[in-house]
This record gives sequence, C-alpha cells and structure tokens, in this order.
Amino acid sequence: MAQLIDDDPRIIEFDVRTDEMLVNMGPQHPSTHGVLRLVLRTDGEIVSEVEPHIGYLHRCAEKIGENLTARQWIPYTDRMDYLAAMNMNLGWSLAVEKLMQYQVSERARHLRVLIAEMGRIASHLVGMGAYGLDLGTFSPFLYAFREREKILDLFEEACGARLTYSYITVGGLTADLPPGWLRKCEEFLDQFEPVIQEYHALLTTNAIFVKRTAAIGVMSPELAIEYGCSGPVLRGSGVDQDMRRDGESIYTAMYDGYAFEVAVMKNGHYPRDHAYPPVPSDTVIGDCWHRFFVRMLEVVQSMDLVRQAIDRYSACKGPLGEPVKLTEKIPAGDAYLETECPKGQMGFYLVSDGSAIPWRVRARSSSFSNLAVTHELCRGCLIADVPAIVGSLDIVMGEIDR
Amino acid sequence: MADFLINTVGLPEWLAWTITAFVAAALILNVIAGGALVFIWAERKIAARIQDRLGPTRTGGRFGWLQSLADGIKLLAKEDLMPEGADGMLFRLAPYISFCASFCAFIALPFAFDFVGQRLNVGVFFVVAVLGLEVFGVILAGYASASKWSLFGAMREAAQVVSYEVPLGMCVVVPVMLAGSMDLVTIAEKQAGWITNWYLFHDPFTFVIFWVYVTCAVASVNRAPFDLAEAESELVAGFHTEYSGLRWSFFFMAEYGSMFLVSALAALLFLGGWNGPIPVATLAGLSEGTGDTANYFVRLIGCGNLLLKATLGVLLMMWVRWTLPRLRIDQVMTTCLKYCTPIAAAMFAGAMLWQLAFPGGVVRGLSRPAGEIREGWLEGPGGLSPGRREPVPQVGAAGGMESQEVVQVVP
Repeated sequence: MAQLIDDDPRIIEFDVRTDEMLVNMGPQHPSTHGVLRLVLRTDGEIVSEVEPHIGYLHRCAEKIGENLTARQWIPYTDRMDYLAAMNMNLGWSLAVEKLMQYQVSERARHLRVLIAEMGRIASHLVGMGAYGLDLGTFSPFLYAFREREKILDLFEEACGARLTYSYITVGGLTADLPPGWLRKCEEFLDQFEPVIQEYHALLTTNAIFVKRTAAIGVMSPELAIEYGCSGPVLRGSGVDQDMRRDGESIYTAMYDGYAFEVAVMKNGHYPRDHAYPPVPSDTVIGDCWHRFFVRMLEVVQSMDLVRQAIDRYSACKGPLGEPVKLTEKIPAGDAYLETECPKGQMGFYLVSDGSAIPWRVRARSSSFSNLAVTHELCRGCLIADVPAIVGSLDIVMGEIDR
Repeated sequence: MADFLINTVGLPEWLAWTITAFVAAALILNVIAGGALVFIWAERKIAARIQDRLGPTRTGGRFGWLQSLADGIKLLAKEDLMPEGADGMLFRLAPYISFCASFCAFIALPFAFDFVGQRLNVGVFFVVAVLGLEVFGVILAGYASASKWSLFGAMREAAQVVSYEVPLGMCVVVPVMLAGSMDLVTIAEKQAGWITNWYLFHDPFTFVIFWVYVTCAVASVNRAPFDLAEAESELVAGFHTEYSGLRWSFFFMAEYGSMFLVSALAALLFLGGWNGPIPVATLAGLSEGTGDTANYFVRLIGCGNLLLKATLGVLLMMWVRWTLPRLRIDQVMTTCLKYCTPIAAAMFAGAMLWQLAFPGGVVRGLSRPAGEIREGWLEGPGGLSPGRREPVPQVGAAGGMESQEVVQVVP
C-alpha cells in the first residue's frame, strides 16, 4: 500500500511528508445533501482524493416502474428529485407521450410550462440556500426557504401536495388551477423579485462568498462534456446547452413562442435581460461561483417564463383535457426523452410491449453525472472546499440512487 | 469587604480574606454563567429575528426567557457518552480546562472602579494570557475524542488561535502604551470624561487598531466567520463532535464567557471602560470625593455602562455570525498573517509616533495627556482613597470643553 501511494502521481507533494488519513465524510454528515458518502484521502487539510460512494437511498424505483402502468409510476418520479418533483413528473409524462404520440391541449401545455418553471425556481432556491449552508452561513438558507414555502403553498393549492405532487401526468395535468390562483402567483412574483437582490447581497457579491467560491473546483468545458454534466453545472462551464431550446421537438414545442435566453456566459458576458450583479474579477469560468450564478440567473429567467405562461394560459379558453386512463395501453416500441430539469438533463427511457405496463423503465439522472466529476474537481483542494464543490454541483441523492 | 469583616465583625484576617475571595468568586461565576445563559437566549432570539423567524416563544412566558435554562436541564439529563477509543482522562478534563480558562480571566476584569475580583497591575496581560489557555481545552478535546473530525477541529483551532494571539497582543499593547499602565482599572480610568477621551478616538491609529482588535477577538474566540474549529458543514461539529450533555455545555459556556470577555476588554481598552460618553456624574458634581453612597451609586452606573458596551460587542458578534459565510482555513491564516499582523504593527508604530509628536493630543482638551493623572492611579491595588483627591476644573484650550474636569493629585 505504501508503495502504491508513493507512486500515485495524483498525490500532491509537499515539503513535509506526513501520514495520510482516510476520512469518511458522510453518509451522516451535515453537508452531504442527503446520504452521500465521500471518502476523503487527506494530508492534513489537503484532500488528495475524493471518492463518492452512493446507493444509500436506492429504492428500486426503476424496477417498480416495470410493474406499474405509466401513470401509476408518476408518484415514484416525485421521489427521485424530491426538490423538483414537478419537473420529474413532466419528464416522465413527456417520455410516455412521446411513445404514445399524444398531444396535450394548448391550455395544458401552458400550464405545464407555468408549473415546471415554478418548480425550477423552488429547486434553485433550495440549491442556493443549501449552498450558503455549505459555506457556513445560515440565514440565506432560511430566506430561500421562506420564499420556497410560498411556492409550495401555491402548489398545495393547485394539487394538494407540498412535496410529492404527481400533478403533471401522462396526457395533461390531474386538475386545473383553482380560481384566484394566477393572481396569487403574480403577487408572489412581484414580491419575490426584490428578494433576489437580497440573495445577491448576501451571497453572490459577498466578499467572503466570492473568496470561498472563486477559482475553486474549476471545470473546463471539455471535462464537463466528458463526464456528461448537464444543467447549470454544464452552463457554468460556459457550454451553451439547454434542453428547453436544444432538446427534442416534443419538449421544445412546449416552449414555442416563449422568449428566454439561456443563462450561460457567451462572448465573455452573461445575458443582459435584467440587471444582474457584475461578475467578480477573480472568478474563473467553470468555478463554483459561476455554477451558482447560473442558477441565480435561471431563477430570474424562470420568473419571466412564468409571467409569460400566466398570460398565455389565461388567454387559452379551450378545455384543459383529461389525462389518459390509468391503465392506458402504450404502443409497442421504445422512447427516450431528456428534459431540462433544474439539476440538469433528466432522461427517461421506456420500452413497451404493447401492454399498459412498460416492459423496461430506466432513468438517466443528471445529478449522477454531475456527482461523478467530484473526484476530478476535489483533487488537491482543502477540506473546506469539498462541501463548497459538492454543494455547487447541487445534487439530490434521491435522483442519483433512485 | 475584607476590611469590613476584620474591623466591624472582628473575624481573623485569614478567614476574612477567604470569605471575601469565596464571595467574589461566587459573584463572578454566577454573574458570568447567568450572563452566558442570557446571551444564549439572546442569540436564539437575534438569530431568529435576523432570519425572519420568531425563535423561542413558549418556554417561560412570551419571549421564551427560560429557553436556556430548559436547555441546561435537558443537557443535564442527557446520557454522558464517551467514544470507545477516547482517552478517558483527557476527554473528561478538556471541557473544564476551557471553562476554567474562560472564567478565570474574569478575575482581573474590572466592571467598574474597584468592582474587580483582583486588581492586577498586569491585568491586560493576565486576561489575554488566561484566555489563550482556552485553546488547550479545545486541543485536548480534539485529541482525546478519537474522532478524525475532532482532530481536524483541534488542529485548526491550534493554528488559528495561536496565530491570532500575535496581532491581538499588539492591539492590546497600544492602549497600554497610551495609558502607561497594564492595569485595566488605570487604563479605563484614563478615558474618563467626554467621549473624545476614549482611546478609540485618541488618534487615527487607535481607531484603526480597534477594528483590528475586533477582528482578532472574533477569531480568537472562534466565532463566525472564523468558527473553523467547529465548522458544522465541514467538520460535523469540529472539536466537540463527540461531546454530549453537560460536558458539551461547558464548551458552550466557555465560548459565551469568552465572547463577553473580549467584548468587555474592548470596552475597557478602547471604549472608555465604565465611563459613559458624557461625564454625567462629574457634571452633576458627583465625583469620587462626594461620599460613599454617591460614590457607590456612580460606580454601579459605571458597571452598567461597561456591561452595556460589552453586550453591544457580543451582539455585534452575533450579527456578524448570522450574516457572513465562513472563511477557509488558509484564508483565515492569510487574514491574520498578511493583514492583521502588519496593520497592527504599523498602527502600533503610528500610535507611538503620534504620542511623540502630540504628547498632549492634537487639541488639548480633546484627549488628556497621560502624565497629568498617571501618578495618582498607579499606587497599587485599590488606588487612592477618596479623601486625597479633589476635582480641579480645567478650562479646555479648545473651547466648548470648559465643563470638563480632570482629577488631579493634590500634592
């Protein structure tokens, strides 16, 4: 073993060679976002290697999906990314609809955009708040949860649940919005808009925050693509990809006519559709700060999308349409669809033999790929940087382990 | 009090002194422990308000006054756990060392003129040195816990506190130099009078060094953003990961005791100690010579003054804690070695040169020359008896300061 360590080129040499220590960070650790276990090989404060161990939250969701009908499996998608359950419902529903070649009504389409973007805001709020927690500041976390709570209230009013919604389903949505909901939603958006400036003051532009995140965990665009990273993690590295714009037509058709700019640094600057704080000079594209900033930008852009969706939805006078039968038969064949979930590109794959129950169900988790890059980013960083880097990837263990 | 026991009650001298010592110790211990409870409650409420919450609302009435007490009872009733591989003796010893170090320093901390456990002529150094002992408890706790996270916490604490003692010491030396004494009572008494007499406003260098002191003080008592030793998002709970129940609460009490101590020290060294911003007592004709009751009353108000200032300092620390993210260990060391130490050194030199250039302060009357009152206060513990001093009105050269009175020694 000693020989092996000596020959390992990944270990950084220092003047004083001390014993290495293997430390388990997790699965019961305050900042591993659930039940992630990181094995750190440390030399003093310096981490020479990080090895993520997963599987503590494995619930055989995919296998269960092979024993339930497509609509019955919707609640299980809720429990994958439990912070953005709406987007998970949407991903699976669209994948099934793709195989069924089902077209939802116009009203349902706009309502789906509205709900999915609200879900994105809620998810990014948790990601943002929990990131502050990882860096040792508690208050932004509660400020984020305060606003998220209002979104959950709205969701509760729409579908009755606060976390596992099962609202968006195959063939549409389970119910239409209750009267007065849109007004409340608009009120929330108006109230929420100035709060974002508070987040920027407390985190994004805070000197200590910038010190802790700038040039930490730098991921080159090549590395990000190599590891299959997606979502804000990929865009934080400056890769211009967003499934809402670049995805398959069944998904992009949902966003037809919606004006939004992908939150990514292009030509050395971020979109200028709103007054965003300036990028600090000591940040490097692809570092923790940029991943965080992309999320903050997406929150604002999702708000724009929600506003547009409210207008379009209220202009639609047609019926919402009923979702498909619970035991609706799925035509034989297979379908794979990736959607842009808050954490990244979430893919659902199903193979059907013509019965109501899919023959094969698989999910491609964005968090899984995003987590896989941890050992590259954490090499040679300090212990304090490990939560900073893992937090900036914004992983959800429910989605990784499924 | 000892005099009273010997002369009036007629107790033998050794017994009188022992009783006095016990009473003083009990007073300090209880006041500080009670204070810690209040601060813990205050921190909960303040954190809650900062975070848009309510905090404790039920325990002991509307504002949750008794929350800390209820917590204390809970901690008492908790199982006392010790990890299997722990070094038993050191593990048990560590919290007491931290606690004792934190509370011992209060011996030399004056709350008002003569309201001091033991007046020491090296009071400043005693306080700083004893406070520095607290780190031993933390290191022992981390070492004895047989937990890797604890060890990391202890290593960080050792590196951090030892480094920050250097700039902290330099900051403390500046008021000592200005006052010409290491006795905290003397230092505070020299800042008597108007707010301009406070060493904070003595010259630009002391103003800057006060903020360096604040930074170093926060760092040396391990409060955010320098709370690396217990960084919960990195090290679980750092050095006290394996502690539970009463032992853990001893660390907690030590932390709050130290917080109060460094704030009180800041008040004594820079913010005029127990002297208010306006010399109300002197203006009202209540000076040291007026009489015992009035005298006592003035001191009591002074004590309140100091407590108020120290509490404000603690509140500032709480505010900072609930606002800022935590620094990384290398950044903490950088802050200390690259910023705090050089700035402190430069300010120290600056304050020294300022004293040479303007021995009586820039404008006479704004800051009093040290020599004017020095001799009177250096005559050992207890200072002068009230009868030997009388206030002499001094007409300030700057104008507008006519009412200021300076205590001078009658030859």
